[in-house]
Amino acid sequence: MATQKNRGALSIRNVTKIYDPEGVNVMAVDDCSMEIAAGEVCMIVGPSGCGKTTLLNAIAGFHSITHGEILLDGELLCGPGKPKADQGAERMVVFQHGALFPWKTLAENVAYGPIVQRTMRKSEAFEKARDMLAEAGLGDVVTKYPGEVSSGMARRAEIVRALINDPKVLLLDEPYRAMDALTKSIMHESLLETYDRTKVTIFFITHDLEEAIFLGDKVHVVTTRPCQLKKTVSVEIPRPRTFETQSSEEFRVLMEEVNEAVHEEAIKAFQAGERELA
Amino acid sequence: MTDIAQPSTPAATPVPPRRRGALQKLWQNQTLWRGITAIIVFLVLWEIGARWDEWFGKEWMIPGVGLIPPPTDVAVTWLDVLPKAGYWESWVSSFRRVISGFLMAMLLGIPFGLMLAVNKYFRDLFFPPFEILRPIPPLAWVPASLIFWPTNEMSIAFITFLGAFFTIVINVLGGARNIDVRYLRAAQSMGASQWDLFSKIILPGTLPSIFTGAAVGMGITWEVVLAAEMISGGGTQGGGGLGFFIWNSYMGGSLEQIVVGMISVGIAGYLSSSAIRAIGDWYMPWKRLF
Repeated sequence: MATQKNRGALSIRNVTKIYDPEGVNVMAVDDCSMEIAAGEVCMIVGPSGCGKTTLLNAIAGFHSITHGEILLDGELLCGPGKPKADQGAERMVVFQHGALFPWKTLAENVAYGPIVQRTMRKSEAFEKARDMLAEAGLGDVVTKYPGEVSSGMARRAEIVRALINDPKVLLLDEPYRAMDALTKSIMHESLLETYDRTKVTIFFITHDLEEAIFLGDKVHVVTTRPCQLKKTVSVEIPRPRTFETQSSEEFRVLMEEVNEAVHEEAIKAFQAGERELA
Repeated sequence: MTDIAQPSTPAATPVPPRRRGALQKLWQNQTLWRGITAIIVFLVLWEIGARWDEWFGKEWMIPGVGLIPPPTDVAVTWLDVLPKAGYWESWVSSFRRVISGFLMAMLLGIPFGLMLAVNKYFRDLFFPPFEILRPIPPLAWVPASLIFWPTNEMSIAFITFLGAFFTIVINVLGGARNIDVRYLRAAQSMGASQWDLFSKIILPGTLPSIFTGAAVGMGITWEVVLAAEMISGGGTQGGGGLGFFIWNSYMGGSLEQIVVGMISVGIAGYLSSSAIRAIGDWYMPWKRLF
């Protein structure tokens, strides 16, 4: 896989998204701006239901935006006059609960993209799929169905399925949410290894602070609904990072800094939730 | 870091799996033995119940149960009937009706259900009349179809078809509409065309519901065929079948033969649904895991 140094820069400029179901205006994202450099691992942290996923959906082209614009490498994805971005293989999404096709084997899942895009012949696509799965340590399970492998393996296969399309940006929506801490740490190392190899831009939504700092170059803390950029923390810890990184002083200081910002928003989100229930 | 996923080093010598013959496997199949035991216990209880008054005197008779023929008598009658061509003709004609009605229902029901699921205009147009016709029980169609169709056989085929059609359509529609949006989005992001989306995502995603619909539809088909055969009452055209076999036994006053007919229908239904299950397992290898 070719390394990419100069592609995959995302600009999110003054994006606002208002949901309007039956005239009830719900503002999910309010005037949110952030710049993500090419090849950067950008972590978005915020309370549940704050509109992070809305932002991701707008980048991926699943939802329209109300105001503002989103650019990828200077090209307009969506903005004035074009509220909804086209879905495309240069922005691949890895979903919260996984979206491998259960009726396809892992190899068939990974080969799907190149086959439907007709960029490779079937045999080529399968060969590439098997190679890439083997590279991710899944060489033994290429003929298994997603239901037959562990959730960790499935998630790794899903990232491989995204990467075979040679995307500019990888959009991950809390991909490791339901995993236990041990599996999670293995997934993190595997993702970092993949990143070191490909240098693909990563837009990663989470509310796990340790995960955010361990993986990220930048941690963007966003406010509770409507989603706005609250604080950006740069993580200057050099790569490659290992699990020992997490016990360093540097890591602890960053944790405190991020935690403070997030905690405030968490309280606001909690109170807002109470108000809605009352 | 990748070595986490590598298989463990081959330090321990692998234990070769113990080979078992097919016969031995069958012998050790606990599920099979439990099933056989349950059937035997059921037959024994039935025998005792049916012969209660014979063995313990009239004053101990269990109301109603004493009228049912015991399984041994039924077995004797069955042995009498087995060599007769008429009995097997009943099987063949019932099966022919079930299969033709069922296949027609699948052939029309699956595309119709998929069209309802994927096309909003089609759904807006065809779903309301479909929903009004659906609650009408197949048997309510009997008089109208006897008048409308030129032969009894065609009426039976039509009613059978209706029985399975509505169930299949509603299952296909529900299944296709319930496909997780993430699969569709993932496929679209990877550049799937509309046709790819339909053939590679919606169709395989709907398969489990298609087979559920088929299994339920098959059951309804047997119900409807039996009822229709009883109503049509034999005769030269559109007669026969297991339904008529039961009805004829009733008219002839042979309780044993009624039970023979009933159990025959049970076996026929079991064979039909087993066939659907087998096809489903073969066609959806990813479903075998559950």
